[in-house]
Amino acid sequence: MLLQEVSSKPYKRVQTHAACTSRPRVAPAPKLRVHSVESLGTYDGPGIRLVIFLQGCNLKCLYCANPDTIEFGGGTEYELDSLVQMAQRQRPFFGKKGGVTVSGGEPLMQARDLVPFFQKLQKEGLHTCIDTNGTILNNNSKELLKHTDLVLLDIKHIDSQKHLKLTGKQNDRTLAFAEYLASENIPTWIRYVLVPGYSDDEEDLHKMGQFLANKGNIEKLEIQPYHKLGEHKYESLGWKYQLTDVPSNTEAQLLKAKTIFEQYVKEVVIN
Amino acid sequence: MFKSGNWEKAIDVRDFVLKNVRPYDGDSQFLCEASERTKHLWNICLDAISKERANNGVLAIDTETVSGVTSHGPGYIDKDNEIIVGLQTDMLLKRAMKPYGGIAVVEKACEEHGVEASERVKDIFNNYAKTHNDGVFDVYTPEIRLYRSLGILTGLPDNYARGRIIGDYRRLALYGTERLIQAKKLDMLSLVGPMTDERIRLREEVAEQIKALHQLKELGDIYGLDLSRPAKTAQEAVQWVYMAYLAAVKEQDGAAMSLGNVSSFLDIYIEKDIEEGKITEEYAQELVDQFVMKLRMVRHLRMEAYNEIFAGDPTWVTEAIGGKLADGRHKVTKTSFRFLQTLYNLGPSPEPNMTILWSQDLPEGFKRFSAQVSIDTSSIQYENDDLMQCTRNSDDYGIACCVSFQEIGKQIQFFGARTNLAKTLLLALNEGRCELSGKKVLSNIPKLQSDTLELGEVMDNFKLAMKEVARVYNESMNIIHYMHDKYYYEKMQMALVDTNPKINLAYGGAGLSIVADSLSAIKHAKVTAIRNEEGLTTDFKIEGDFPCYGNDDDRVDIFAKQIPSYFNGLLKELKTYKNAEPTLSILTITSNVVYGQKTGATPDGRALGVPFAPGANPMHGRDKSGAIASLSSVSKIDYRDSLDGISNTFSIVPKTLGATQDQRTENLASIMDGYFAKDAHHLNVNVMNREMLADAMENPEKYPQLTIRVSGYAVNFVRLTRAQQQDVIARSFFETV
Repeated sequence: MLLQEVSSKPYKRVQTHAACTSRPRVAPAPKLRVHSVESLGTYDGPGIRLVIFLQGCNLKCLYCANPDTIEFGGGTEYELDSLVQMAQRQRPFFGKKGGVTVSGGEPLMQARDLVPFFQKLQKEGLHTCIDTNGTILNNNSKELLKHTDLVLLDIKHIDSQKHLKLTGKQNDRTLAFAEYLASENIPTWIRYVLVPGYSDDEEDLHKMGQFLANKGNIEKLEIQPYHKLGEHKYESLGWKYQLTDVPSNTEAQLLKAKTIFEQYVKEVVIN
Repeated sequence: MFKSGNWEKAIDVRDFVLKNVRPYDGDSQFLCEASERTKHLWNICLDAISKERANNGVLAIDTETVSGVTSHGPGYIDKDNEIIVGLQTDMLLKRAMKPYGGIAVVEKACEEHGVEASERVKDIFNNYAKTHNDGVFDVYTPEIRLYRSLGILTGLPDNYARGRIIGDYRRLALYGTERLIQAKKLDMLSLVGPMTDERIRLREEVAEQIKALHQLKELGDIYGLDLSRPAKTAQEAVQWVYMAYLAAVKEQDGAAMSLGNVSSFLDIYIEKDIEEGKITEEYAQELVDQFVMKLRMVRHLRMEAYNEIFAGDPTWVTEAIGGKLADGRHKVTKTSFRFLQTLYNLGPSPEPNMTILWSQDLPEGFKRFSAQVSIDTSSIQYENDDLMQCTRNSDDYGIACCVSFQEIGKQIQFFGARTNLAKTLLLALNEGRCELSGKKVLSNIPKLQSDTLELGEVMDNFKLAMKEVARVYNESMNIIHYMHDKYYYEKMQMALVDTNPKINLAYGGAGLSIVADSLSAIKHAKVTAIRNEEGLTTDFKIEGDFPCYGNDDDRVDIFAKQIPSYFNGLLKELKTYKNAEPTLSILTITSNVVYGQKTGATPDGRALGVPFAPGANPMHGRDKSGAIASLSSVSKIDYRDSLDGISNTFSIVPKTLGATQDQRTENLASIMDGYFAKDAHHLNVNVMNREMLADAMENPEKYPQLTIRVSGYAVNFVRLTRAQQQDVIARSFFETV
């Protein structure tokens, strides 16, 4: 130490959020390929959240706001322990509701390595959440779901053909994933991006509502207004942004969709 | 009847509060809007404020009268509608001359506003009476003058009044002047020989205090109030407290003249009157609104140059709200809510500087309401009550100036402005010469072996430089406070403080984030000094990456923790005037801009002239991991090394706090809980959009009350200079897409 040793005598007060004590060391931990980390996440699950955006996605949605997370090659490798430590340091900010959300990219692409991560977080008493497109339901994802407190399930479209047009894949896997979550009674929030002219047809919204109705695990539906804030990223990637002419939602469109969904889901919010 | 206790036998306001306070656990539903009378008065004030702004920031100056407790006749906003009365002069917003700080300063301020101090006043203070400013400059050494002129020491209270002392204004309401005079006379009796310098000085001070208490009674007479006796009703309690404060700001124009912690004291009288059916909630709110309105109308006569260090014409009427009692109860009362409610009833405002003493155990309803008020008005700041109580051992304290703990009525502070730590680092790299002027400042700094900076060598030099700077800083402080006591003693405030109180000498440091990032760059990257023909550093070549302060990264945050600790240790070794106990703040007010102008390029890559980050903030744009990581970094600076306060200013876009109003208040409260659970000290909270500030720069008339928190206080945004406005807008606003 270059300066005098800094005193590390603890304050007299009993610290309610004292840092965690020793953790058992395990063999060299698997790594996660991370695009970026946001320490103040307020839109991806309840309360204040540490949001870890993983690199790589199996869909290529036309409106993706983070196209730089789609490719599998990029990102930075993080050791699980360093991410667990990050979460522990942030714990005092989580309050009663907050915790860790893994988003992407598509987090279930790295489900195998996420299992020990979520296990550790839960062992520390931290709330775990994934934000997924629900296209991957294998043993790894099923194992991960056992350690997931909340799933944010993005259903891009209820109509399979329109889903294909919007994302490059049909929606059968996502719907099956929703059924699985319901059968396992895993708390779930549905997220739905309302793209004018693409995913705001009233009949489709009713169909979507009907699909969600009576699934007791669904606590909430979040309507996500369409925005073009990611458009500039397409340019730097050398990609063409195909929705240039699509306008943002009007207030009326958002409220209309909310009214429709409210006929089927107990809580609907516009994010 | 009040519950009895020691407060009846001795001057002991804390005991009165402890015995009688009624903590309130509920929410804000009970609050009332402004009364018609209040609205009428506030409209007159708004009109006067707009005329003041149109008139170059000063409405009127009394050039004839030397201001004192009883110097002016009564002044009113509109007498028939005022339930709390009293102005500093006989006219709303008219400023008064207080030449004991320095006659040259008063003359300059008058001249800048197109008027002239009267011949009589000039004659007296130039030819017969001596001022604080004269005294200091008679004694300053050449070395201190050099440090001042080069910007190593800046903003020293040598040409303005030091402020920072908080009178216990509650004492007037609880006891009246007669009893207070009696107590001071009793103290005087016990101050017997041997007649050392200290004892003689103290006897003279107490004699002055007794005179001031007599003047305070006279001030009451001017307004038809009998201040010789205790207040009997809620209205009288508010009026008495205000009269005591008014007397202080008539006598003194200290940079910061805090109010203390009066709200929960006043709550005792208000709740008693409500319970006895004497007043309604509407009237209770009216009392608080009108009191706060008066506090917003306090003005001092300042030179324009003052604006560089304390921008926006601040008065720092800091009021501490909330917190806990040592017995575990919290001190949030309905009047805590009523004070915050004034920000809705009268609109946002920088004054009074409302400071929430945050404890993890405050009731949820109050936490939520505070967060809501922050989101709606950006007018309040927060300090860690749990931390201050356990470190400073008192539950009856106010906040002096911006962020500094001061036990009320038991303790005072000597204000010490601040030294430039970033420039001190540059002295260490330039053989003790000022990097801009080339002037030799320190004689003991060896030349560096190589222009490729090596941490060990840099640190050795930096430590030598800090030691010298600490020595000169200490000498200037001792001179300043000796002279202030001698020529501009705060007799009115000190009359409301225990005789012979404990004193903190409040030093300060600026540029901490720059120093931390510079040392990080030197350690983790390759930094090469680029020098001109005189051998002075003009720039630094940085090869490779280095971690920056503000990302919750210990590799650099350790420097931000160690530097204050080391510098504080140096200051503690030096003997102080009146044996004051040294403390250190990491705080800049708005001087971060002018410090930047006076500091050359630094090894962190900051260019010459670029403003420092304010207070303990990370440098703007370098805290890239989001708000929580940034807050976590700041929380690592140890309060015990910076007992005068560690100021952090946090600006966030409303949407980033959450989608709904409920989420936003809940999340902001969680942020506060988290930040303070990590033993952080202070947080200014701004919740606003950058676009609005840009619009306010261009269209100030649209935003007369737009309030923004800067380092440790709040200002009207439209009163800042353009450079300061640009600096505010350039800072990190946390937002997510």
